[in-house]
Amino acid sequence: MPTEQTAARKGRRLRIARDSWVAVVIFLAPAVLVLALFVVYPIGFTFVRSFYGRLGDTFVGLDNFVRIFTQPRTLIALRNNAIWVLVVPVLVTSIGLVLSVLSERVRWTVAFRVFVFMPLVVSGLAAGVTFRFVYAHNPDVGAANAAIGTVIEVFEPPGDYAGARPSVPERVTEANGGFVSADKVSPGENALFGFVAIAPRQVPDHSTEAPLELTAAEDEIRGVVWLDFTPGGGGTRGAIDPGQQGLPDFRVALSKDGRTVARTTTEPTGVFVFDDLDPGEYSIVFEERNFREPFRGLAWLGPGLIMGALIASYVWINTGFALIIIGAGLAGINRDYLDSARVEGANEWQVLTRVTVPLLRQSLMVVLVTTTISVLKIFDLVIVIAPESVQAHATVLALEMWRASFGGARDFGLGSALAIILFLLIIPAMVLNIRRFRLED
Amino acid sequence: MRIRATRDRVVPRLLRFFNHAGVHAVLVLIAGLWLIPNIGLFFQSLRTPAAISQSGWWTVFGDLGSLTFDSYRKILSSAIIVRSVRNSFLITVPATFLVVSLAALAGYAMAWMRFKGRDAMFLIVVALLVVPVQVALIPIAQIYNVLGVFGSIAGLVMFHVGFGLPFGVFLLRNMYATIPAPLFEAARMDGAGHARIFFTIGLPLVSPAIASLAIFQFVWVWNNLLSAMVFTRPESAPLTVAIQQQMRNFGTNVDIIAPAAFVQLLVPLLVFFAFQKFFVEGITGGSVK
Repeated sequence: MPTEQTAARKGRRLRIARDSWVAVVIFLAPAVLVLALFVVYPIGFTFVRSFYGRLGDTFVGLDNFVRIFTQPRTLIALRNNAIWVLVVPVLVTSIGLVLSVLSERVRWTVAFRVFVFMPLVVSGLAAGVTFRFVYAHNPDVGAANAAIGTVIEVFEPPGDYAGARPSVPERVTEANGGFVSADKVSPGENALFGFVAIAPRQVPDHSTEAPLELTAAEDEIRGVVWLDFTPGGGGTRGAIDPGQQGLPDFRVALSKDGRTVARTTTEPTGVFVFDDLDPGEYSIVFEERNFREPFRGLAWLGPGLIMGALIASYVWINTGFALIIIGAGLAGINRDYLDSARVEGANEWQVLTRVTVPLLRQSLMVVLVTTTISVLKIFDLVIVIAPESVQAHATVLALEMWRASFGGARDFGLGSALAIILFLLIIPAMVLNIRRFRLED
Repeated sequence: MRIRATRDRVVPRLLRFFNHAGVHAVLVLIAGLWLIPNIGLFFQSLRTPAAISQSGWWTVFGDLGSLTFDSYRKILSSAIIVRSVRNSFLITVPATFLVVSLAALAGYAMAWMRFKGRDAMFLIVVALLVVPVQVALIPIAQIYNVLGVFGSIAGLVMFHVGFGLPFGVFLLRNMYATIPAPLFEAARMDGAGHARIFFTIGLPLVSPAIASLAIFQFVWVWNNLLSAMVFTRPESAPLTVAIQQQMRNFGTNVDIIAPAAFVQLLVPLLVFFAFQKFFVEGITGGSVK
């Protein structure tokens, strides 16, 4: 507040006497009454109520609080609230700080900030629905798993024959997720490798019937990789029966003394040929990448990842708040400090941590405190995003308070005690606010 | 950014250029991450449940003809959803109007009237800013039961007014306090009473803050889930509660949930874009909540 105005107000105090109480009451009474009835009185009532049992007719002392600190479910809620408070305010503030500083350097500052602000007006419910779609388990459906799967498959593309097994296990040994022929093969010999456990849709369209006759020349090894399965039954395991399909594009390698000497892929008939070979004994290798499973998706909504999933969606909602407050703070600091630090040779990281952050101390505190209060009360996201079967792992105090009081048990004693714990946890922030306000005034 | 590079310092300039390109890339990526989930919800609301369960919404770009308004037709003909939208307005509009009115009066008194205990009272308002609604749910539910008004829209409205007032009084009192005193004193010298000053000087000068408060309160009440879950019955439930009740069977009710959630989201989003300036000012002016 400009000092000029404060002085003016002090001057007014000397000249103008107290107002008539009638005018004061008319202006103040409606708000004061509502606040007293709906906020102040209930705090006292709930406090007293927390020492009484479920129905409110018996005094139980601290029993309700003892239950909160001994029952597994409320203990998980306490632990989860602790995780929220320890992780999220710092996370949101740091992201907000970095984005505020970065977004000042481009011409589209305002547009960028509008994008990030937008989720602030989105309800926890709508954000929750949105993220239920994002977190769907199947990578064909859920955006989060689709994105992760795309990145993974760039580096490790899935094999054409995921899950395939040799039809005669004795003919191969398993190695590095793939298979190696059990017997050595010499030039002039044939090698037959049947595979099973391949779904019809896994067999490529250009697959044709596997050849019944096979002749290898003197200097070549000739083999077939085929689907050793006759629809409707019949046929001999390990031998090519009429009508069985070749497996095209199978990656086959030839190794000698443990070193790979040649690679090829099978034809539509499943035939592969290694020619121009020196005499000797070779092994046929079917590498792991033929059988590599595609990315099946992470269980974001499962017990293991649900907290991370909830925190990510909270960050999505609330980074905009940090950006508004820190952005406003940033606009108010004197750029000469930053520029002179740069002239003195500080790099951008040093400017940020040693100059910008101290100058923004107040804005950063506002974001930290406000976010702490907000995550202590977190409720909507948890109840909407976490499926009921997982809520026991994701639960928080506010959710337990609602469940105990209105979610079936109707235990107003336990509910009141949970509400009081929330209230007590928020008191430090309350004191901080009052102090800050006294200083400002 | 002021670039102080001189002509002979080419290397630092090049470094800055790439640095700058990196900044753009990061910001584009982040903006995308922040935008995409809502776009996803929008497209899901235009797809059939079968399509939603089989493929991602991004596949619609290959087959725009598969988009359909069927889900929206379905919620329009769903009595529960239509009633809950109406309830949302019946709850939000009065709750907003009452908070703004009561806060405008009380904020004025706390900034410009002289009475004993004024500053203490204002500090109490500051303290009440962060009180969690949980401490009031049980007693108010019991009072409503005794009075026979449990489940009424009016009951939920009053609860929202109670928990909206601390922020409203705080924001408006601070706004009133920035009005230069001479303006106010001159009016008093002319013999104007508080009622007159309130309407002719007070309200007009704090109208931007009132707009901020109204937008905030509207969005806050519109988006509220917890209090509405506690205080409403099916016939008085707002949209948030109606959607939440479908969540138990997310997969099968997705053709109601997706379009209803998009409608739920669209209303505050339109308010945000229409009054963006007031929204940002309100947050920076009253950032304690």
